Amino acid sequence: MGLTFAEKILAKYAGAKKVEPGQIVTIKPDHLLMHDNAAPIISKIQPELKEYGIFSKDLPVIVLDHVIPAAAEKNALQHKQIREFVRTYKIKHFFDVGCGVCHQIIIEKGLALPGTVLLGSDSHTCSYGAVGAFSSGIDRTEAAALLLTGETWLKVPQSLKITLKGQMQRWVTAKDVILSIIGDVSASGADYCSVEFHGNVAQFSVDDRFTMANMGVEMGAKNAMFSVDGRTTRYLTSIGVSKSKYKPVNPDTDAIYERELTYNLTTIGPVVAVPHSVDKVKKIKDVEGIEIQQCLLGTCTNGRLSDFKIAAKILKKKTVHQNVRLLVLPASRKIYLDAVKEGYIQTLIEAGGTVLPPGCGPCLGAHQGCLAPGERCLSTSNRNFKGRMGCNEAEIYLASPATVAASAIHGKITDPRKEART
Amino acid sequence: MTVWKYGDNINTDMLFPGKYTYTCSTAEEIRPHLLEDLDPSFARNVKEGDLIFAGKNFGCGSSREQPVLGLKTVGIAAVVAGSFARIFYRSSINQGLLLIECPEAVKAYRSGDRVWLDLEKGTISIGSETFSFPKLPKEILAIRDVGGLLPYTRQKLRQKKKK
Repeated sequence: MGLTFAEKILAKYAGAKKVEPGQIVTIKPDHLLMHDNAAPIISKIQPELKEYGIFSKDLPVIVLDHVIPAAAEKNALQHKQIREFVRTYKIKHFFDVGCGVCHQIIIEKGLALPGTVLLGSDSHTCSYGAVGAFSSGIDRTEAAALLLTGETWLKVPQSLKITLKGQMQRWVTAKDVILSIIGDVSASGADYCSVEFHGNVAQFSVDDRFTMANMGVEMGAKNAMFSVDGRTTRYLTSIGVSKSKYKPVNPDTDAIYERELTYNLTTIGPVVAVPHSVDKVKKIKDVEGIEIQQCLLGTCTNGRLSDFKIAAKILKKKTVHQNVRLLVLPASRKIYLDAVKEGYIQTLIEAGGTVLPPGCGPCLGAHQGCLAPGERCLSTSNRNFKGRMGCNEAEIYLASPATVAASAIHGKITDPRKEART
Repeated sequence: MTVWKYGDNINTDMLFPGKYTYTCSTAEEIRPHLLEDLDPSFARNVKEGDLIFAGKNFGCGSSREQPVLGLKTVGIAAVVAGSFARIFYRSSINQGLLLIECPEAVKAYRSGDRVWLDLEKGTISIGSETFSFPKLPKEILAIRDVGGLLPYTRQKLRQKKKK
């Protein structure tokens, strides 16, 4: 009998031959992610840091991304405390303001490798399953404990196998696919589970896989992953990580799953998640025409080169509607620069877009792009919770970069397939 | 004792808005904003020993720990829910906030019912009905019994140093 990805990788890290769902194992992750919250994390353990030091200077990865550049003195002070901590403890992996969103940085810098385990004090840590890593979110307190001890417990999750058949249609993206799945299984449909994507996944680039794994937590998943294949290794080679640097752990073909679901990609069209829950997913025809005042194109979910490419294709020689603010938020400096070189950023700016510094920005309402009461935002981000963009009387709709770009032109939710024809 | 009753998918933005996550970290800073976008009367009226009853997937969303820390600080005796989101669940173990996963109890509860918890037996009584809830594994009880993950970690570090 074969093993699922979670069973296989957690057995490896627990030093056991075999583990079963429900079993508690002690593991040492390869990396621990923190961002601006590194400041409150380290302030919890000042005396312990002085007495025992940190477990390893290679374990933590710290990326300043949530409130950057600092919005107020309090944020600036936190950033300063983090930089001092990085210097004092000679933290090896530190990325200051402007490098990008932590999850993008972790993948782009080759810190998440196939067959490795990462934990992070951010719920979207599950993104690294895009390259076959096991990764999951934890709270600040656990990050503090990990800094000191380098180990923690994990419950071996049950696994949910999602098989994707057929081909994605033109102007339909991985975002439409994952939103459709979440709409079907619900926001709690994968609670505590390890989600594996199988089937006709060769059509998904690492960018696409990132988008889908990133949103695993929006259906309650502990982690979400794609097996390592030619697309993964080609991507890793392109960022300078050779095959000899990692040992993939792929699920066995005869693994036993708690549940299995199959979706036909051919029948999936553009969709939109409506307020105030990610699983309230509607077909585009049911929401077309809803007026919007802000469009957010970017974030760790959809701020990569392929996302800007499709948006630029739609917005080329077009103008953003006079009632709409189009905010462009690259997931990293590298992507920003690549999008400049490709001309996408120029197209988006010429259309009327405003480019924000690579980071989390408006996504969580902590910095820039805040909404006013009664306003609606159509966003490529991953959450549409009430109050998420800083105002509890505003509404957030989630969609693909193609849908956001098409809608920005008309000031109302628009089917990208119709816009692409004009 | 008051029972605060809420629905399904109560997310961490409802429990503590994202806009405050990088300006409020201490118990005093968190308290006034607790459940701000869900129930503005909560922070004003909550008392030590109160309970929260909620539907499924309580605490979904962000990994921010202010909701857990806040509920613990104001003295919530337990959150009883149909189910919990995993980061919230884990965080509650780390902070020593008692969570009880018992959909039957949530379903049975009617406003004004007397609620009785027996942690030894692992039961919750609603009026005249009694329901069992699963006990935590021993590895996790070890963390809860010393008051949360940081005290547990300190203990572990001290023991290691002695060796």
